[in-house]
Amino acid sequence: MTHSLLELERVSKAFDGFQALDGASFSAAAGEIHALLGENGAGKSTLMNICCGLYTPDSGSLRLAGRETRLSGPREAAALGIGMVHQHFKLVRPFSILDNVLLSRLGSGDRIASAKGERLAMRAAIHEQAAALGGTLDPDARIDSLSIAEQQRVEVIKALIAGARILILDEPTAVLTDQEAEKLMLTLRRLASSGTTVVLVTHKLMDVKRFADRVTILRGGRTVGSIDPKGTALEELTRLTVGETLPTVRETQPVFGRRRLETLGLSVRRADGTKAVDAVSFHVRAGEIYAIAGVSGNGQSELTEVLMGLRRAGSGSVQFEDAGEAVTAADPARLRRYGVAFIPADRYRYALAGGLSVAENYGVGDVARGRYGSWLWLRRGRLRKNAEEALSSFDVQGVRALSQKAALLSGGNAQKLVIAREFSDPPSIIVAQSPSRGLDARATAAVHARLQASARNGAAVLLVSEDLDEAMKLAHRIGVMAGGKLVGEFTAPFDRQQIGGAMVGHA
Amino acid sequence: MTTFFVTWLATIPQLAVPYALAALGLILSERAGVLNLTAEGLMLVGALASVAVLLTFRPDPLVAMMAGMLAAAAVSVLFSFLVIVLRVNQVIAGLVIVFFCQGLTSLLGNLFGWTSKAFSGLGPVSLGVLADIPVIGPILFRQDVIVYLMIPIVFGVSYLLQRTRLGLRLRAVGESPEAADAMGVSVSMTRFLAVTAGSALVGLAGAYIAVANVKVWIDDMTSGRGWIAIALVIFARWNPWRAAAGALLFGSIQAVIPKLAAAGIVLPQYLLMTTPYLATLGVMIWVSIRHLNGPSDEPGALGQPYVREERR
Repeated sequence: MTHSLLELERVSKAFDGFQALDGASFSAAAGEIHALLGENGAGKSTLMNICCGLYTPDSGSLRLAGRETRLSGPREAAALGIGMVHQHFKLVRPFSILDNVLLSRLGSGDRIASAKGERLAMRAAIHEQAAALGGTLDPDARIDSLSIAEQQRVEVIKALIAGARILILDEPTAVLTDQEAEKLMLTLRRLASSGTTVVLVTHKLMDVKRFADRVTILRGGRTVGSIDPKGTALEELTRLTVGETLPTVRETQPVFGRRRLETLGLSVRRADGTKAVDAVSFHVRAGEIYAIAGVSGNGQSELTEVLMGLRRAGSGSVQFEDAGEAVTAADPARLRRYGVAFIPADRYRYALAGGLSVAENYGVGDVARGRYGSWLWLRRGRLRKNAEEALSSFDVQGVRALSQKAALLSGGNAQKLVIAREFSDPPSIIVAQSPSRGLDARATAAVHARLQASARNGAAVLLVSEDLDEAMKLAHRIGVMAGGKLVGEFTAPFDRQQIGGAMVGHA
Repeated sequence: MTTFFVTWLATIPQLAVPYALAALGLILSERAGVLNLTAEGLMLVGALASVAVLLTFRPDPLVAMMAGMLAAAAVSVLFSFLVIVLRVNQVIAGLVIVFFCQGLTSLLGNLFGWTSKAFSGLGPVSLGVLADIPVIGPILFRQDVIVYLMIPIVFGVSYLLQRTRLGLRLRAVGESPEAADAMGVSVSMTRFLAVTAGSALVGLAGAYIAVANVKVWIDDMTSGRGWIAIALVIFARWNPWRAAAGALLFGSIQAVIPKLAAAGIVLPQYLLMTTPYLATLGVMIWVSIRHLNGPSDEPGALGQPYVREERR
């Protein structure tokens, strides 16, 4: 192996007490495709953001071609030949490709004149780079008329024109179809053979196996290993990525009732026409906790939004037991009548009105249903009394007064307030999306206990979670979503490796 | 009948100029992403400042109008400070500036005795023989210098936006400040320059009303033309040439009112005076209906303050 072009050694970085990187090391040689593999939260993005100058490490060093370097920002990183293709492209959509390339070159040389010569030069450069990558691009095409894959190509070309020798791509295949991903990989292979170092940040094992020369695996902010993926079995890669865990065992097998919630071939399209959810069918029975697991962005949020009545399904239907008929779209008010309770992931946005008081947040749904008087009359006394009872029985801490604004509650207590409201009438169906996101261990345990208790009392619980540990701990069955499809269904006791394998695309 | 049309057509250009100038100024600001509702106020500032200079120093009317431009640009710095540095809501900041300018100009005009004092103002350019050609002469060759300058000004703004590096930057900041920032464009500085330059044009529009149209200062003399210009920008879909065409349309509506009365057609006066606003309303409805099934060409980040994503 030749000497390393990019080297990171024992890098640590903490955010608000959370150790994102804990002495991680990484090194990539010139002319290789180097994959950086890890689960969500393993520290991949943090590490690469340090490489491109967005974050400064707390400790550890970065060396470029053997020379110790401190980056002041993305601009300096770019000047040193580090180009980054972000997962969300940094392109001005109504502009042409040419204009975007010109814009990226404006920073330093500031002339007001139209610089016809430069336009011509850049036009030629775009043609040349596009051809070198094996394709054609019309420099005058508007970004928003291009496919996602073409936009990605523009980002690569932009970085190359800026003189990138190290090209970092953050989850480049996440937004592509298989054929497009294949084509991108051919492009990157071509780049690597001309001496560019390509760093591929990914959680897809297949990408690593098929395209990478080397792979560095991160887990929990630490480097687990740097190996040759060609000579390593998929099982071994999976084990390194998700860690060694024993299958979880559940003592008693509860008895499940009738199907309370069922989807039949549910599909949802994104604004750009691609399928976010693709023919998903599953059912949740009374007394059962069914978890939807998967790497974030594989259609779970869209699925949840349909179930919450916030989004229309393209095709297929949802069956709520109490609705009596299959529905393709229902508004939230109707869903409430079917006895559906929601615990959304973004509790401050969808579950609480931060500017209203704790008591008002608690009672808002019941006020609408007329429990606290008619439209003309609000029975504040009863509302306050019920709110007080609920707060104490659901152990919501940190409420100094019922008139305190809900936004002032901490994450855990805000979530408990949401649960107190949603469970004020025992719900028959619960849809919970990442209910413990951002909560500390104690609050998480409390939320989990509530969900389990509800299931024991006969509610059907749908848990949508990106946290596999949470899903495996609570669920009786787990459905895995990848690329919008339900790719596998598992029944307790679970095998973590099998589920992890399905999540990253090799069931 | 011919006289009616000739006198009508001959007054259109000078009534269209304020709309065109104000709309161009607003386009500069809004293409950079700053929703600028200050037009009505800045036009008053431009008008009063030019009248003040004209009455005090008796310079060439064009010099007085330059003073109007400078005054409006200076006041716009306050607006820029509010919306770009402090990131105050752009609608509220714009309205505040309008009310501030209305009060300030009224106060200063009365305090210094500039109100209702007539002056000769800006007259037509003498083009000799051409001006004496029947029909065409009065319409095309008896206009003032600003009317003739409008063509290069519209062309210049259009060229600046579409063909220069500065324009590229300006539009990028208005469409996608995040992407522009990532590519090393200073969002704040670009927006500040766009607002200042645009406000100077808006100030010129006000100065033109005072020095060339009315030739006197009275309180609130712009009478809503700043608001019409804001609607005109939407109608023109932020395109300078379309804005110029829209200005001619509104200019012709405004020009026809006194001519109808002079021709002996009797219509309720107050109904006639509402026609520009009715036309604005109609245009807005038409534009909105069309936009229901198509792009509005509105700058992507119009009205959004830009805050760089903080490093976590």
